[in-house]
Amino acid sequence: MNLARKLACIVTLVVCAMSLAANWLAPAGYATQFREAPSAAPSRQHWLGTDEVGRDRFARVLYGTRISLLLAPAAALVSTALAALVGGLAGYLGGIWLRVARGFTDLFLSLPWLFLLITVRALLPLNVSPTVSVLITFLILGLLGWAASARVLSTSADALRNSDFILQARASGLHGARLFLVHVLPNLKPVLYAQFWISIPVFILSEANLGILGLGVAEPLPSWGSLLRELEGMISFREEPWRLVPLLLLIVVMTSFQLLLSNEEVTA
Amino acid sequence: MIARRFRILVGFALFFSLALGCFAQSGGELRFCLRSEPKTFDPLLVDDDASLSIRYLTGGVLARVNRHTQEIEPELAESWKVSKDGKQITFKLRRGVTFSDGSSFSAEDVAFTMQRLMDPALHSSTGDAFRSDKGTVSTKIIAPDQVAIIFPAPIAGLDRLFDQVAIMSAHSPKKEGAVLGPFMVAEYKAGSSVLLRRNPNYWKKDSQGRRLPYLDSIRLDIQSNRDVEMLRFRRGELDLINVLDSDYFDRLASTSAGLAHDAGASLDSDFLWFNQVASAPIPEYKRAWFHSANFRRAISQAINRDDLARVVFNGHAQPAVGPVSPANKFWFDSKLKAEAYRPDAALQRLQAEGFRLQNGALFDKGGNAVEFSIVTNAGSKPRERMAVMVQEDLGKLGIKVNVVTLDFPSLIERISQKFNYEAAMLGFRNVDLDPNGQMNIWLSSAEDHAWNPQQKSPETTWEAEIDQLMRAQASAADPKKRKESFDRVQEIVAEQAPIIYLVNQNALSAVSTAVAGANPGILSPQTFWNAERLTLNGNQNSPSQASR
Amino acid sequence: MRSTSLSKTLFWKILRQLSSIAALVLLGGLLSATLVRMAPGFDADERELDPSLNAESVRALHQARAGEHNILGFYVGYLRGAMHGDLGTSHALGQPVQSLLRERWPVTVRVAGIGLLLAWLMGMTLAFTACLWRFPAYEILGITLSGAFLCIPAAVLALLSVILNAPGYLAIALIVFPKIYRYSRNLLAKAYSMPHITAARARGVSETRVLAWHVVPLAGPQMIALAGVTISIALGASIPVESLCGLPGIGQLAWQAALSRDLPLLVNLTVLVTLVTLMANSAADVMNFVTNHVTNYALNPREV
Repeated sequence: MNLARKLACIVTLVVCAMSLAANWLAPAGYATQFREAPSAAPSRQHWLGTDEVGRDRFARVLYGTRISLLLAPAAALVSTALAALVGGLAGYLGGIWLRVARGFTDLFLSLPWLFLLITVRALLPLNVSPTVSVLITFLILGLLGWAASARVLSTSADALRNSDFILQARASGLHGARLFLVHVLPNLKPVLYAQFWISIPVFILSEANLGILGLGVAEPLPSWGSLLRELEGMISFREEPWRLVPLLLLIVVMTSFQLLLSNEEVTA
Repeated sequence: MIARRFRILVGFALFFSLALGCFAQSGGELRFCLRSEPKTFDPLLVDDDASLSIRYLTGGVLARVNRHTQEIEPELAESWKVSKDGKQITFKLRRGVTFSDGSSFSAEDVAFTMQRLMDPALHSSTGDAFRSDKGTVSTKIIAPDQVAIIFPAPIAGLDRLFDQVAIMSAHSPKKEGAVLGPFMVAEYKAGSSVLLRRNPNYWKKDSQGRRLPYLDSIRLDIQSNRDVEMLRFRRGELDLINVLDSDYFDRLASTSAGLAHDAGASLDSDFLWFNQVASAPIPEYKRAWFHSANFRRAISQAINRDDLARVVFNGHAQPAVGPVSPANKFWFDSKLKAEAYRPDAALQRLQAEGFRLQNGALFDKGGNAVEFSIVTNAGSKPRERMAVMVQEDLGKLGIKVNVVTLDFPSLIERISQKFNYEAAMLGFRNVDLDPNGQMNIWLSSAEDHAWNPQQKSPETTWEAEIDQLMRAQASAADPKKRKESFDRVQEIVAEQAPIIYLVNQNALSAVSTAVAGANPGILSPQTFWNAERLTLNGNQNSPSQASR
Repeated sequence: MRSTSLSKTLFWKILRQLSSIAALVLLGGLLSATLVRMAPGFDADERELDPSLNAESVRALHQARAGEHNILGFYVGYLRGAMHGDLGTSHALGQPVQSLLRERWPVTVRVAGIGLLLAWLMGMTLAFTACLWRFPAYEILGITLSGAFLCIPAAVLALLSVILNAPGYLAIALIVFPKIYRYSRNLLAKAYSMPHITAARARGVSETRVLAWHVVPLAGPQMIALAGVTISIALGASIPVESLCGLPGIGQLAWQAALSRDLPLLVNLTVLVTLVTLMANSAADVMNFVTNHVTNYALNPREV
């Protein structure tokens, strides 16, 4: 397993390094349109071919990696923290707090948040900068993505509340926030790690879908999500297999993240 | 004796097979997709594509515009006469025609349909097309096979409007279930499909006296996703794709010759315009830009339409000239040409208006950087790509363009109600050849006067001129005079560029080799406009033989 | 005596759950109606862009929705109608909402239900076998497989199922199973790391017995809670799957309703989804409650 973790570390570092060095590595700008060669196959000039308006796909993968690699984990961190706060705390406190938190979480899971997102877009100026737009998008995703995990966390924390070691800790004088942070929260790690790991690709894909509401990464900025959306028009993967490269890259990065996250999750 | 009996038997066999041959239809079920759920089966309330397709296949009309020749032809009416003042049309109806439920068709049904259509409470787009002025529309039954319809004011191109009016039965208990068209609705599974079966009482016969339609039924599957539709067509599960995306056209043409059809430029256009509404919540300096004809012309000249047609539509589109596509043979002003791509001339125009280029960015005379947003609807890949290409083209002039894709209701609210936008890009699906159908776009007081609707009085002299020309062509009886007026409208639009026309997409469609008699055209419905004469010959269009 | 006290506690717990479900469903309906009403484009109708409609007809289009401007008034009217079985009429489809839901609900139940069962089967099989066998290569395979399906857009999975002529529920299963796998694997791994489990294994207790008697009871409550949550995940996944696979279910309806701001339909759909989510999660809570009591009684009979 150590070998796997080492490999994962190398892969993650290489991907990060390549995305940071995009200005030097990319054969062309991510927005440059080679209109004589739209939807071109891979060639010496365009290693992964071009997209429908002739933009170099390799350049777009490199630049898109920066945005998605930085912001999706950040948003996942926000949603995980919120899940820990709402679910973990409610389960720890128990009683009416737990019932209220569960009710609130269930309601949160059922509401059509699409309309909130549409309203957010309406409140933003049309000429909002791409940076601000993408930051707001991932922030909203983080703020909306905690509910499912919070539900599971509340059950875990509720079970822990009456466990022997917590009772012992209480008996030895530990209470309140310190008890929660030192003893309860670390035992919620399995769910928290799962939440974090699952959220990253979910948010990457959601960011692309939010494009239909005017949120998300604005053109011509690329993101993994927008690159993956290209797959939606493929009715035969044999015809243009190079379009699968962003997907393969995302899978490799996600696998590497998981291998790096924690040692005890992957060994029994 | 035995030989004689044998000859009699053979004779009978021959007779029966010939008789059967006379009455036998080619039969079979034609299959294609509707891209959305039909909103209504009431032919008078139809205004969405899916319901329009069903109305076309089931409704009987008095006169039909031939989708190929673009000429009006008699259908349920043998002939008609429009009065000199353009306010009355008298139809002579065919005799012996019955509805699908067996009830007779007569002038009473036409009168009933028109009375219902013109009911002010109905609010139908079909009915509104006949509303020329305040006042009521009256009908006069002259004879069981003759009816006159009298309008309060003249209507230009009156006879052609009846192509959209499906005649309903005045007496049948089945109401809209009783039809005069070649097919009738047999089954509707919400979210899934609509099944049309042949109308056994359809009045039309072919040259050999065989009753049409040839097909037994048509199955319309409800499928909004174009990728899935294409997949099913390639697998042989569908026989037609009425409107084919250019992305798929070349793929289909390269793998299976003869399936993909390009009928040339359609009537549809894609365009963009700037917000010129006085009360719009946009900065004054931007309003000043958008009000300047030179600014708009410069933008138009800076956009490479040839690239749009070639890259976005794979060559299956043409640079648009104006509000009328060259496919509209009579109404297109052939003196006009598409705006050529001339970024240097565009920059000169802008400089003449006080704009200046500095460090790769364009500034106006007030020192404001030229930056604006283009809103368009999400979900249309061609339009999103065009917006990205326009962004790149204008970027070369130092103009920063932000492309914002919105869901349709949000977009409509911005461009029609709140006017909270700067520039917008949309497309127009034109089903009407006659420019009267665009009245509500060109009149400055109208709702759909995109760049500045509902003006109390025209804010510019050229808009006042357009108002006057549109009204003149609407009331003129002579087609030549009408064309003169509308040609001038097209010229003003080209000079002032309130709407910057980008491309006219070609009419692309796909027809399986199993279908015989198809002749795809540019007018909607492109592939099944002659549905009553289509047959299925059992050949498959894909290597995997789909069983019928 | 003890079983009576458990049943009594259970009865009151279920009653409390049902009343909070009712209150939350009502609140959910009102909140969703508010969200839809406040969102831009509420009054917009694409028919406004039809140039053949005159000004009066366009005004009539806006008037058709006038009754929905006052959201409280609309909601009270909706509840009144709902008590008589009238759930309103869909603007987008022009049909009574009740008949739309009645026609489409079974499709979603079948597709999402089978998809969810399959997802649990796949997720749990992968998670349990990873815990039992503990081969690093197998672990990496599980991570890669679940990671791959998490990264593939739902629309692409649905399209793949159309390409391969696979049933729609398979696409839902592939969308949901990675989440089930990841949570379950972590919960089971955590349970395995407990000292008493290590001690049991060191003493030679069989792996199956360790799993069934010690690991599952530890991880069980959270997995039951996860089961409730996956129902809402499956319902969400049904939207792209039904739209692409041409399945006339609730998911397809929800998307159409959202795009056309169809308030009557959206409120009903939210109420339905809220009800299902709450019932599922409450059932999970009740199951956990019963399991805990039974386990505690088994371990400490005198204390219950």
